[in-house]
Amino acid sequence: MDAILLQILNGLDKGAAYALIALGLTLVFGTLGVVNFAHGALFMLGAFCAVTFNLVLSSSTKVRDESVTLFEAYKEVPILETKFPNIGPVILDYSIPLSIIVAIPFMLMIGLLMERGLIRHFYKRPHADQILVTFGLAIVVQEIIKHYYGANPIPQAAPMAFAGSANLSAMLGIGEGIVYPWWRLIYLAFSLLIIAGVFAFLHLTTFGMVVRAGMQDREMVGMLGINIQRRFSIVFGLAAVVAGLAGVMYTPILPPDYHIGMDFLVLSFVVVVVGGMGSLGGAVLAGFLLGILQSFASMTEVKSILPGIDQIIIYLVAVVVLLVLPRGLMGRKGVMED
Amino acid sequence: MSNKKTPLNTWTRRDVLKASAASTAIAGAPMFFTRNAYGADYLNNPGDASSVTLGFNVPQSGAYADEGADELRAYQLAVEHLNGEGDGGMMNTMQPSALKGNGILGKKVEYVTGDTQTKSDAARASAKRMIEKDGAVMITGGSSSGVAVAVQGLCQEAGVIFMAGLTHSNDTTGKDRKANGFRHFFNGYMSGAALGPVLEKAYGKERRAYHLTADYNWGWTQEASIVASTENIGWTTDQTVKTPVGAGDFSQYITPILNSDADTLVLNHYGKDMINSLTQAVQFGLRDKSVNGKDFQIIVPLYSRLMAQGAGDNVKGIFGSTNWHWSLQDEGSKAFVKSFGAKYGNPPSQAAHTCYVQALLYADAVERAGTFEPCQVVAALEGHKFDGMGNGPTEYRAEDHQCFKDVLVVKGKENPSSQFDLLEIVEVTPRAQVEYPHDHEMFSGGALGSCNNGAA
Amino acid sequence: MNKSATSDWLLFLCFTVAVLAMPIWLKPFGADYPDLMQRFAIFGIFAIGFNILFGLTGYLSFGHAAFLGAGSYAALWSYKLLTMNVIPAVIFSIIIAGIFAFLIGFVSLRRSGIYFSILTLAFAQMSYNLAYSVLMPITNGETGLQLNLADPRILDRAAGIEATNSLPLPNIFGVATTGMPGFYFCAVILIIGFFIALRITRSPFGMMLKAIKSNQTRMAYTGFNTRPYLLWAFVISGMYAGLAGGLMAVTDPLAGAERMQWTASGEVVLMTILGGVGTLIGPVLGAALIKYFENIFSSFNKSELQEVFAFLPEGLADIMVSVSSMFVGKSWHLTLGLVFMIVVIFLPGGIMEGVRRMGRMFGIGKAPKEPLSVANTQGSQANG
Repeated sequence: MDAILLQILNGLDKGAAYALIALGLTLVFGTLGVVNFAHGALFMLGAFCAVTFNLVLSSSTKVRDESVTLFEAYKEVPILETKFPNIGPVILDYSIPLSIIVAIPFMLMIGLLMERGLIRHFYKRPHADQILVTFGLAIVVQEIIKHYYGANPIPQAAPMAFAGSANLSAMLGIGEGIVYPWWRLIYLAFSLLIIAGVFAFLHLTTFGMVVRAGMQDREMVGMLGINIQRRFSIVFGLAAVVAGLAGVMYTPILPPDYHIGMDFLVLSFVVVVVGGMGSLGGAVLAGFLLGILQSFASMTEVKSILPGIDQIIIYLVAVVVLLVLPRGLMGRKGVMED
Repeated sequence: MSNKKTPLNTWTRRDVLKASAASTAIAGAPMFFTRNAYGADYLNNPGDASSVTLGFNVPQSGAYADEGADELRAYQLAVEHLNGEGDGGMMNTMQPSALKGNGILGKKVEYVTGDTQTKSDAARASAKRMIEKDGAVMITGGSSSGVAVAVQGLCQEAGVIFMAGLTHSNDTTGKDRKANGFRHFFNGYMSGAALGPVLEKAYGKERRAYHLTADYNWGWTQEASIVASTENIGWTTDQTVKTPVGAGDFSQYITPILNSDADTLVLNHYGKDMINSLTQAVQFGLRDKSVNGKDFQIIVPLYSRLMAQGAGDNVKGIFGSTNWHWSLQDEGSKAFVKSFGAKYGNPPSQAAHTCYVQALLYADAVERAGTFEPCQVVAALEGHKFDGMGNGPTEYRAEDHQCFKDVLVVKGKENPSSQFDLLEIVEVTPRAQVEYPHDHEMFSGGALGSCNNGAA
Repeated sequence: MNKSATSDWLLFLCFTVAVLAMPIWLKPFGADYPDLMQRFAIFGIFAIGFNILFGLTGYLSFGHAAFLGAGSYAALWSYKLLTMNVIPAVIFSIIIAGIFAFLIGFVSLRRSGIYFSILTLAFAQMSYNLAYSVLMPITNGETGLQLNLADPRILDRAAGIEATNSLPLPNIFGVATTGMPGFYFCAVILIIGFFIALRITRSPFGMMLKAIKSNQTRMAYTGFNTRPYLLWAFVISGMYAGLAGGLMAVTDPLAGAERMQWTASGEVVLMTILGGVGTLIGPVLGAALIKYFENIFSSFNKSELQEVFAFLPEGLADIMVSVSSMFVGKSWHLTLGLVFMIVVIFLPGGIMEGVRRMGRMFGIGKAPKEPLSVANTQGSQANG
């Protein structure tokens, strides 16, 4: 029983990550009709926002390790800690959540720059060209990050208060030994918040209504005299922010390196398509569905019956869904079907 | 669309024949130039040239790029030392040594580099370029066992020497051993044999181990090695679970451990997988747990300092094994760390060490053989005993081309004094304890075959 | 039509000469060694085949690497079980890949657009993941399938070719297919493959595929069942991929799971787009360019750069070395990414668009335009 509950939690947590990454991708896919292979790079840039913010905060005075004479070895003492003994360590400790403040304007700027500078010239171009240019961009961004940060993953710690695990059994009175890391629970809650925020934005504001109308019929909205282009670039910026925040919050779970975006790229496309093209709800649903199924497929009991199932479950589910439901879970007719 | 006539229907049988005859004629012509021009004594014979070319094939992109960069630094240092530049590093401490500091056999050492991308195909393509285009007589490097086995096979086919870089799988000198290939690095079996007694001393005889294992050849051989050695000290194995390579998030494999009876987790992962699985295992509170009255423990059988860096504070107090560590205090290690540190400003990694040593060992063998001819170099390396290279007395065993030497058991340091000071040496396990017969069951199924000098 | 036939002939002739003369004209580029030229030919075949599906029908498969890998495994097993002769190996690799493509294509072609792409991707990734782990007995996992001294090689043994103490080499009736003979073998097959692709493009079947691309719904309304045509295109291009995989094993007897990974599928997509979708020569050029970057640009290191810029005054040389080292050696990916972007930004339609523009500039644009761009219909209507 506990095992199953834990796997459901795992699935939700994974699903939250998948859904969050897919959400930004499907916004760009569904509204702008752009196949964005650089979406993973945006996720990665978000993660490196957190890394950089942490680096700046922990800029340190170096204390020479005198025992080493062959080369210069230092122990680093962050200036914040020495200058502000009270508040300094706390700020450092909370560097990941604090870096969100930096990440939002930065990712928005990156998103707008990308759309204005590059993507908008490709709206009318074939998908093939979009793939090539965004893939090229992703490689360039990755290599720049690799040049400055190296290829090795860079560990990021969650705040001390959330570094441990929550004993859910004691708190909620279910099961016996259900403990789950605080940070993963926070990630789950954070994802749900962002997803809800994006939905509210699109459904409750006039801006959102126009964008949704644009998703339905771009030409019609254009004819009504609404500057849909301007709005689309904001949508692209929004997608970049969502991807970036997903990256920021994921760093304590997965130490980021320059390649982390590419690792998520294929998966996020699968999630979006299984959810159905042009459907935000579908992408979220597919994210959680794939997350939960992947968790269950990894259980030893399942693997002993179907060896290797955990390796292929995501793709297997994708095949089954697409064969049973022609446009994925909630896809709309005519989007990306030709 | 109704037009059925297609332009090329005018091809006749005779045309095809003519064309193919012509192409055969063209094909025949340049074949005179394909084999090297110095006569057929052996492939890429430097002959009377004033220099000789070595090929350094390391990962420069992908997950092991930093390790590869460190390997490349070590090779460049080795070339400097061989050519008599710099302070000579371990050339001064190597015993016995036939090296003179004037290149190899009086020829200046030059090198070419390539990117393996940690993919067998790319690694072989890169090695082929070095052999076919640049005329390399020896290929060395690499940071994963799959690539090492693939490139070793290629060098055997082509007829050049392969000096393996970082490769830890039993297979490299086990079932995939080759006459032209040599490995200085240690292997999974040795890790297990070295860790066993240390674990017994630290954690006792009664433990239940739970293995998470990277689902590919290296992971399997390491798992088998560790299972065998821990069961030898009385531990039981609760479960062995295979995880997909590059899984990223391991949570779904970690939660079942929380509900199992196991009190020890063995992570048979390397590189990014190890960093992620260890980080996440600690997050799930495994190290705060106690099972059956014992504190839960995590073990990482194969450690490297670069990995320890990626895992941050999570490595503290965790046991593992390593081939070499810069804090060793023997003369060889000190000399190497000094010249590496002076040149690059950071200590060498174990990957850098094994690569540097391999380059020197090759050069020394050539000097002793008096020729670059691969089969004579093989003969010079087989059974060669040496010392002063940081691992104590070492022997290249003739039967499987594996180096036998002491193995280091290390532990993540609790209070690092600098950014490089992440591991502390717990024990230097003597060679006798990690030695095994060359036809041991974990290494069986392969044969060296006969050496190939590419002249055929 | 007649004029077009002549120019097709001309195109084929030029292609043949260019391919066979590679060892000569590639010399200044430092790419005249057998392994790289083999790769140009092999990936050229892969891309030509991929273009038959993508270029003609517009169906973007993201799983063609599965057929590449299947072809390699088939060839290796032919070596291990039957004979080291490459002819059966190549035939097996085409057949196995063809069957594999038929099965995957049959299912995947029930959907179109992005849904089709993801289906093919999913099948290929499943093949890759299984080959890496569970299918170990067939694929030898991560290490890759290799030859073994103890392999049965039934036909070779029956023919009295005794096993020696060293591994046998793949050969064509006694001539080893490594090195230059291997290149010429691949080159001849590339030329044949190109010829067949040219014929297919010009055939009624090719016309049909192009019609499907320009408007599938209209085709369906006219009572045509398009799926058999699509399936054939898919199988043919899968067989090309299998052939390429088989040839990889011909020049180098090893088959690894990574050949099936999505990155390998993505690579052929990039090759085709980079060269020019729907053109005959473009995919070959795209393949060659990417392989050139991968093998040559990655090999430059600082000391080589210092030699290159040695003629400059010292300070300037140092600057040049440090600037150019940002783009070669371990940073070769950066250059590749920049090339992708620059080509697609300035040359919509890939490298072939550049060739076309240059042709026009020198005033010979009118005649060769048609044959070079067989299906330059991939304009805006492919935008969804």
